[in-house]
Amino acid sequence: MSEPKIQIQNVSYAYGDQQVLRNITLDIPARAITVLFGPAGGGKTTLLRLLNRLNDLVEDGRMTGRILLDGADIYAPGFDVPGLRRRVGMVFALPLPLPGTIRENVTYGPKLAGLRDHARLDEIVERSLRQAALWDEVKDRLDSPANALSGGQQQRLCIARSLALEPEVLLLDEPTSGLDPISTAKVEGSLLILREQYTVVIVPHSVQQASRIADYAAFFLMGELVEHQPGKRIFTTPVDKRTEDYVTGRFG
Amino acid sequence: MRRAFDEDLQELQNQMLELGSMVGEALARSVDALKRQDMEASREVMRNDMKINEKRFAIEADCLRLIATQQPMARDLRSIAAVLEIITDLERCADYAAGIAKITLMIGKEPFIKPLIDIPRMLEKDLSMLDRALKAFVDRDVDAARRIAAEDDDVDALYDQINNELLAFMLQDPRTIRQATRLLWVAHNLERFADRITNICERVVFTVTGEMREMNIQEPEAEPQ
Repeated sequence: MSEPKIQIQNVSYAYGDQQVLRNITLDIPARAITVLFGPAGGGKTTLLRLLNRLNDLVEDGRMTGRILLDGADIYAPGFDVPGLRRRVGMVFALPLPLPGTIRENVTYGPKLAGLRDHARLDEIVERSLRQAALWDEVKDRLDSPANALSGGQQQRLCIARSLALEPEVLLLDEPTSGLDPISTAKVEGSLLILREQYTVVIVPHSVQQASRIADYAAFFLMGELVEHQPGKRIFTTPVDKRTEDYVTGRFG
Repeated sequence: MRRAFDEDLQELQNQMLELGSMVGEALARSVDALKRQDMEASREVMRNDMKINEKRFAIEADCLRLIATQQPMARDLRSIAAVLEIITDLERCADYAAGIAKITLMIGKEPFIKPLIDIPRMLEKDLSMLDRALKAFVDRDVDAARRIAAEDDDVDALYDQINNELLAFMLQDPRTIRQATRLLWVAHNLERFADRITNICERVVFTVTGEMREMNIQEPEAEPQ
């Protein structure tokens, strides 16, 4: 394995008195899908949010440890946070298209970043929608309202919106939790394409989904990283009994 | 939810054990019919093979249903995968019994060129290995599985002994060649049976540890009918 894209080093996090992450150390390899899974309240989403500093404004949040992106500490004083969020995109559980057309949703970020060249913007629209496996379904109606799309299409639009900024890392928090199996399959299909180019970190909505898409899988339980394995081995032959109990549905 | 699944897994295992005892009985009957040169009993073994095939397909369907509906993981998944493999081996074991029955029909009422001594010994060994291998699966007993797999060498030794003895008969008196060859097939079927039991032992180890490894590496050989 080459140099990890992200290195999480001894990270602990608490909301007030409530400890939600305990001394997590985890390397996230580049150009692969890393899955963070486990029962609710295990700290997965918090960890995901820490990766692009979304928790900075949480008042009583307290973090110790270090998170490195390409070897640089993203919590170092003076680190460029907006720049970080361009490099590390985030897709949430509920698809929230912006008001406006499909095209406007995708070009919103690049325009905000000052891009005005129409040819270039069109290029970005097509590339992003293709990468999100949505292009074929919307290419003839790019200027129709985004909120007319189905749930699955909206979620893929949100992925495309993140991709428009050409991030290096894509964080996804249960991106298919409200979707039917066909839309889920399409989103998963697009993730499998994206991993060739991006570093993907995802909190899946089920163990089955985790097992389908994981290149690396990390099991979290009550703020602790219980087990971390490459490939799908954690789903067929987990090492820790707690992982075994969780993936076979014996608790959680 | 989990309890219903556990019951289903238990039932799957029970069905597999039932198939195992059908197979053991088929083998015992096939050798018994050979010893007594009982043609009707041999035909019954061959007819019964259909029932064993049906049972195997029924269990396979249950496995697929559980995989589809429960989406099993970890040890549940390994157990079901192991059952799928084991029932395939058991079904092949039953084919060996049917094969012996067919050979008995070919030999017919012709007097044996020698009393059958080592063939019943191989049978005893096969049946004992079968029973204990399935018990090792139920108990998830890796050590027992490894010991039972090692006993395949004893069956191979018996086979070599029969082989040499029958060859000696054939050299001495070419008129024995036809029956000796047929008895050799019988012994070969019994030898292959034990190999299949070794596969079952491998599945016990896999179910418990997730490790996939051949236990007895065989020389490549052609398998006669």
